[in-house]
Parts: sequence; C-alpha cells; structure tokens
Amino acid sequence: MSFNLTFIGQSIAFFVFWWFCAKYVWPLFMNIMEERRQKIADGLEAAARAQKDLELAQTKSTDQLKEAKADAAGIIDQANKRGSQIVDEAKEQAKEEGKRIIAGAQAEIEQEVNRAKEALRAQVSAIAIAGAEKILEGSIDQAANEEMLSKLSSEL
Amino acid sequence: MAELAEAAHEVAEHAAEGQTVQEYIQHHLSFLTYGSNPVDGHWGIAHTPEEAAEMGFWAIHVDTLGWSIFLGAAFLLFFRWVGQNATTDTPGGIQNFVESIFEFVEARVSEGFVHKNPYIGPLALTIFVWVLLMNTMDIIPVDWFTGAATLIGEYVFGLEHMSFKIVPTTDVNITMGMSVSIFALILYYSVKMKGLGGFLSELAFHPFGKWMLPFNLIIELPTLFAKPISLGLRLFGNLYAGELLFLLIASMLGLFQLPAHFLWAGFHLLVIPLQAFVFMMLTIVYLNAAHESHH
Repeated sequence: MSFNLTFIGQSIAFFVFWWFCAKYVWPLFMNIMEERRQKIADGLEAAARAQKDLELAQTKSTDQLKEAKADAAGIIDQANKRGSQIVDEAKEQAKEEGKRIIAGAQAEIEQEVNRAKEALRAQVSAIAIAGAEKILEGSIDQAANEEMLSKLSSEL
Repeated sequence: MAELAEAAHEVAEHAAEGQTVQEYIQHHLSFLTYGSNPVDGHWGIAHTPEEAAEMGFWAIHVDTLGWSIFLGAAFLLFFRWVGQNATTDTPGGIQNFVESIFEFVEARVSEGFVHKNPYIGPLALTIFVWVLLMNTMDIIPVDWFTGAATLIGEYVFGLEHMSFKIVPTTDVNITMGMSVSIFALILYYSVKMKGLGGFLSELAFHPFGKWMLPFNLIIELPTLFAKPISLGLRLFGNLYAGELLFLLIASMLGLFQLPAHFLWAGFHLLVIPLQAFVFMMLTIVYLNAAHESHH
C-alpha cells in the first residue's frame, strides 16, 4: 500500500489520455451531434413549411371551389333568364304572327267582299239596263243612259 | 502440452495443500512490481512482496499500470474508430452505444459545469469510461489471470508466486494518481479564473471575513485537501473491498463459492458504474467550483 512510480505513471497516462480525448475523440462526436441536430432542425423546418403550404393550398382550393360554385350559380341563373326570355320572345312573335294572319285574313275577306260587291253591282246594272231596255224597247240612247247607269252603279 | 498440464496440476496441488487462506489472499493482493533493488540498485522484477516493499518509491506496478494504460488506450482508440466511421443518419448498434455514452456524459457536463471550458467534456468522458473499464475488471474471476500469470511466472520466468493484479482501481497508486492530477487541475483553474489573490483570499477570508483569518484557514485548507484524498480513496476503497470479498469467497467457501460469487458480482455490478459515475461527477463539480469567482 505504498506510493511509488505507479502513481506518477498513472498521472502521466491521465493527462495523455485527456489530451488525446480532447483532440481526437470528443470533437468527432460533437460534430456528429451538431450535424444531426442541424439535420433534425432542417427536417422539422421543412415539415412546418410543408404544413403551411398544405394549409395555404387548402384555403386556396376552398376559395376556388366557392368561386366555381358561385360561377355555376350565375351561369344557371343566366340560363334560366335567357330561357324565359326566349319563351317570352317566342310568345311575342307568336302573338304578332297571329295578328298578322288575322289582318291578312280580314284584308282578304274585305277584298272578297268588294269583289262580290263589284260583281253584284255589274250584275245589278246589267239587270237594270235590261229591264229598262225592255221598258223602253230600244228607244233609249245607249250613250245617254251610260252616264246615268254608272252613277247608279256607284251609288249601290 | 503435457508439461503445462503437469504444471497446472502441480500448482493446483500446491494451492490445495500448501497455501493457507491468508497466503492466498496475500498473493492476490500483491502487485507484479518492477523496481530498483534497494541493496544493489539493480532494476528488476521483485520476487517476493517483501522485496517489492523494500523497493520503496522507485518501483512500478507493471500489472495495474499496464492494465490501466491498456484499457484507457483501448477505450480511446475504439471511440475514435467509431467516431471516424460514424454517420449522421440512423446510427448502427455500435455507434448508438458509443453515442449514448457520449450523450450521457455530455448531459452531465452541461448540467454540472456552467462555465465555458471545452476541455471539461473530454475530461469527464475520459474519466468515466476509463474508470468504468478499470472497475469492470473486477468482474473477471479472480483466479483466471492471476492463476495464468502464476503459471507463466513459475515456468517461463522462474518466479515463484508471481503476482498479477488486473483491477487497476484496487491500486491506491492508480486512484490517487488520478485524483491528485484532478487536484492539480483544480488548483490550476482556480488560480487561472480567480487569480492567485482571488484564490488565496477565498481560502483566507471566507467564510468569516478577514478578522477570523486563522479560523478560515483551519476550515478551508482541510476542505481543499480533502477533495483529492476523498476522491481517490473512495474509489480505491470501494473496489478494494469488492475485490477482497471476492477473494474471501473464493478462498473460504469451497463449493458454495459459485452462488456466492454470482450474488456478490450482482451487487458489485451496481458499485462498478456507480463509482465511475461518482468519480466523474465530483470531478465536474470540483472543477465547476474552481471556475467560480466571487466578485
């Protein structure tokens, strides 16, 4: 249990090992730890960024969906309006067409009436002339009576 | 081969009949000593414990110092090898193991040492792993290396009862060698951080002020010198006691020694890392105090 050179030897070994550890061992692991810390920090940051991106994309997509829905509603609205407009226009056109047809028919009827009147007048005047001829037995001057007859027929 | 077997037989017989328990334990507790012969100054291996004792200071315990240096070097080279082949991605088994030790020590240092000094971490790592390895040698059955060394000594070197201790921390030279080195560091950093005046005034003027200087010195100086002594002797005492108990079990219990060995080894497995941890922790705490300046 006596002290001897072993004590000195151990002290020297102690300092040499300490120096070796400080120079060649400790920094290696410090660097590895630091690098890994950095790596993990980067990874976490990337994850956070991705999370934010995801949120952004979600809000964006929600907005776009809303917009699209609004657009669709607008289009449907417009289409409905356009549809009723077309129906209205068609109704209008149909009414006008009807009116036009009616007017045409009336004009034709009038024409027909006039024509019938004309024919009737001619026939009446012919009958009247024939009657007068028969009464006067040809003594009546054709030329003198013509004026009177046309007057008569226009009065009819 | 036959010669060796015969030798083994002879040693076993020798042990069975010739050696008393006291001799057995004595044999296991003495060192393989290389030193200067006190009579003629000739350097050589001591043949008897008495001769080793007579060598005094000019002797070296080849066994404990050899194991100490071997274990320290093995630890550092292994750690360096792992560190050089390490990856920052998912670490493999060995790297994981080494890193967990590193992180454990690093955490203790950053908790216990609040100042800036990049050399305290390596110091703590060196102490912890080195002392742990030296303590762990205590688990190896007491007769394996010593028995083999005795055979080799007797038949190769012609030394009767050659001693061979394998647990460096059961040598007070080893533990005190470290604790006194740490004490030197305490003094160095105290003077460096507080200045010589600051350090001396801490010893002389605390805790009672300058008018009580003698009392302050009476309190502070033993406190200071108790640090290395308690540090070294605590480690030595724990491991020496453990070793002694293994030797008692081996020499006195006959066949019952096997379960007793396992039982004691189980308890001792707690002491081994605990003492390494305590040695490291106290080093950190002492050096932290040495860095503190009271301004």
